[in-house]
Amino acid sequence: MTVTASTPTDRVRGTTILDFRDVAMTFPDGTTALAGVDLTVARGEFVSVVGPSGCGKSTLLRIASGLEQVTEGDMTADTKRIGYVFQDATLLPWRDVSANVELLAELHGIPKAERKAKAKLAIDLVGLTGFEKHLPRALSGGMRMRASLARSLTLDPELFLFDEPFGALDEITRERLNDELVRLYTEKQFGALFITHSVSEAVYLSTKVVVMSGRPGRIVATFEVPFPLPRDPDLRFTAEYAELVGAVSHALRGDHS
Amino acid sequence: MTTELATAEPTTVASAGRVRAKTAPSRRSIKVWGPPIAVLALLIGFWYLLSMVILPVDRRFLLPPPHQIVTEGFLNGPVITDIIRSLGLTALVALSGLVVAIVIGVGWGIGMSQARWIELSLFPYAVVLQCIPILALVPLIGFWFGYDFTARMIVCVMIALFPMVSNTLFGLQSVDVSQRELFRLQHASRWTTLLKLQLPAALPAIFAGLRISAGLSVVGAIVGDFFFRRGTPGLGSLMSVYQSRLLASELFTAIIFAALFGVVVFWFFGVLRKLAVGRWYDTTRS
Ligand SMILES: Nc1ncnc2c1ncn2[C@@H]1O[C@H](COP(=O)(O)OP(=O)(O)OP(=O)(O)O)[C@@H](O)[C@H]1O
Ligand SMILES: [Mg+2]
Repeated sequence: MTVTASTPTDRVRGTTILDFRDVAMTFPDGTTALAGVDLTVARGEFVSVVGPSGCGKSTLLRIASGLEQVTEGDMTADTKRIGYVFQDATLLPWRDVSANVELLAELHGIPKAERKAKAKLAIDLVGLTGFEKHLPRALSGGMRMRASLARSLTLDPELFLFDEPFGALDEITRERLNDELVRLYTEKQFGALFITHSVSEAVYLSTKVVVMSGRPGRIVATFEVPFPLPRDPDLRFTAEYAELVGAVSHALRGDHS
Repeated sequence: MTTELATAEPTTVASAGRVRAKTAPSRRSIKVWGPPIAVLALLIGFWYLLSMVILPVDRRFLLPPPHQIVTEGFLNGPVITDIIRSLGLTALVALSGLVVAIVIGVGWGIGMSQARWIELSLFPYAVVLQCIPILALVPLIGFWFGYDFTARMIVCVMIALFPMVSNTLFGLQSVDVSQRELFRLQHASRWTTLLKLQLPAALPAIFAGLRISAGLSVVGAIVGDFFFRRGTPGLGSLMSVYQSRLLASELFTAIIFAALFGVVVFWFFGVLRKLAVGRWYDTTRS
């Protein structure tokens, strides 16, 4: 899995995989969720989006995934291998962990033996080994999120879309999963668009943080994150990190006043 | 490091559940069986009161006391043989009616779940079917289909169908939006989505409907039979005979048998439901 995923990605690392050009989105009921959004995600780039509630972050992601169509401008995604991680784990409650992780490969008609192997790799990768036969209801929130992550990983996505995946988790679990995600990302070098409410999470995970204004959402600031990958967990206690978190928060707040 | 934390959680959850189940089985059975038995005792007491104290002696045949029903009904060989034989026929009608109702009802529900316009055009008829006074139709059904098995089964299906239709539709439509989108993102076909997402998700609702329909199918089988009074006699015909001859004890025995049969059917589908979806679907009643 690692081999097949990394070869094509390495070859074109740095090229644009997701491109929003002057995108606007108005829903049939007249709500304008996005206006004039320009945003690119390159292969191997991890972009986080922070913005006030209701500013159109989920809409941005739904457009990227193809669930919604733009009403103005252009969106192009230069891959079909897109992983989408929802806010809730969206596991099927009647399937155990391994059957849930296999689901996407199953929907793509991948033969049983192959998808079992893929699922096993993905389960090991997210640290759920030993829980293959557990039903979702017997898992903690953090473990469900891991299973959901593993499910997306089976498709070897070149582009990952995350809609506040860790928003419902406690601080400790969240930080732990952030570390796991950075490790995964460093290893696989997929492109990622990550929505979050937490500025510190955005700075910790990303290579680039984008700040959106209130509805209709526009991009009001972009920050490059200079820290080396994989992130050292102690980065959270450094002055540079605190400074960048402060700057992003400031840009975010500036919009409200 | 991560797995350590992870292992701790589910084991404690699972063992806590097991401990609770283990410590108090006898207390639990008292809790479960105590109240209905107490109600039964009260009912029997009230029955005696009505029959022995309130009714004058010359009218007691209208409501014989329970022990008389036992001696004249339950312990009366020929009567019990008749009842059991006709119960067999009624059960056969009820079960085949139920099977047909399940097939039609689930199919109808699936059909309506496929498109809004199909739902709009077909749902009213499900409601109409439920509102028809089927008792008034029973003689007509007799004219059209004869007084045999088929006619009895049709009455049964008409009475038992609605909960299957509405519960299937409700179950199929109650699928979580993001789970649907998960399937949409993989370009899963309608058929795949139905098979791997909607139907499994609808199973708890379908089983809830099944339980109701099963009870109704027993009612339907008896009602049809009660009005036909021709062909091979089922429990309904037998009751109607007992009624016309004022054989109250025998009539009560037949009613009690019918009720017990209904309870068994209800219980059976409860167990079936638990086997099918109890593993993952929580109900408030344990
Ligand atoms: N299908 C829809 N029809 C009409 N309006 C919608 C629809 N979906 C979203 N909206 C509106 O568009 C705006 C942006 O919604 P969106 O879900 O993208 O916000 P968000 O930034 O993700 O918010 P949150 O941070 O609370 O998740 C909101 O005002 C919302 O009410
Ligand atoms: Mg959102």
